[in-house]
Amino acid sequence: MVNRILVGAHYGLKDWVIQRATAIIMALYTVIFFAVVLVVGPDSFAAWRGIFANGFMKFATFLCFVSLFYHVWIGIRDIWMDYIKPDGLRLLLMIATATALVGYAGWAVQILWRI
Amino acid sequence: MAEMTLKKKRPKNLDLMTIRLPLPGILSILHRVSGAVLFLLLPVLLWLFESSLASPETFAVVKSIAAHPLVKLILLGLIWLYLHHFCAGIRYLLLDLHKGIDLESARLSSKIVFAVSIVLTLLIGVKVLW
Repeated sequence: MVNRILVGAHYGLKDWVIQRATAIIMALYTVIFFAVVLVVGPDSFAAWRGIFANGFMKFATFLCFVSLFYHVWIGIRDIWMDYIKPDGLRLLLMIATATALVGYAGWAVQILWRI
Repeated sequence: MAEMTLKKKRPKNLDLMTIRLPLPGILSILHRVSGAVLFLLLPVLLWLFESSLASPETFAVVKSIAAHPLVKLILLGLIWLYLHHFCAGIRYLLLDLHKGIDLESARLSSKIVFAVSIVLTLLIGVKVLW
């Protein structure tokens, strides 16, 4: 009889790295965003819209959103795994989270590319 | 030998009412709570972002919503949650690199995280909201 215990190496290592990589991308974006807001001082619609109409900022914002949603997936999934013990409910919450985040990603693209 | 130690019964205290969480512990649970709250508010935040960029009229709507004193207070709270998550996250990245992992530095850095995130919240809050 094979009596294998399912505890291997590298489980979760990829997610651990991605959680940190996305965090760094968002942290850099946060600094850039506040610097731009300080310089532009957007108090009108045109000035505020102008920030995201800029090609670099649009791309950076998009990249930040993608990082955010992946980062959120890992974090919220960890919360469900820590506190929700019934398998069915946990699976349901994970599916709901993933579905919502994919939807938000589409929404974010729509917001940015309508500008 | 290792198994023997693991099997030994250890004293366990999980009574949340009697546990006094040290500052790094408070920082840690706030890091999780702030992340969860920001996640739950994502649809609202995306809606505000969308409205602010859609047209001059919807921009004005967002501006008038943000002008309400209660909304300002909530937004200030959200800015703090974001900045706490941000600063505590940077502390964790440094801990990952084995920077400041001894008890003294860990306690000091958690104090710095609270101080920096609160001061930044006030600076940014005053600049953006008032």
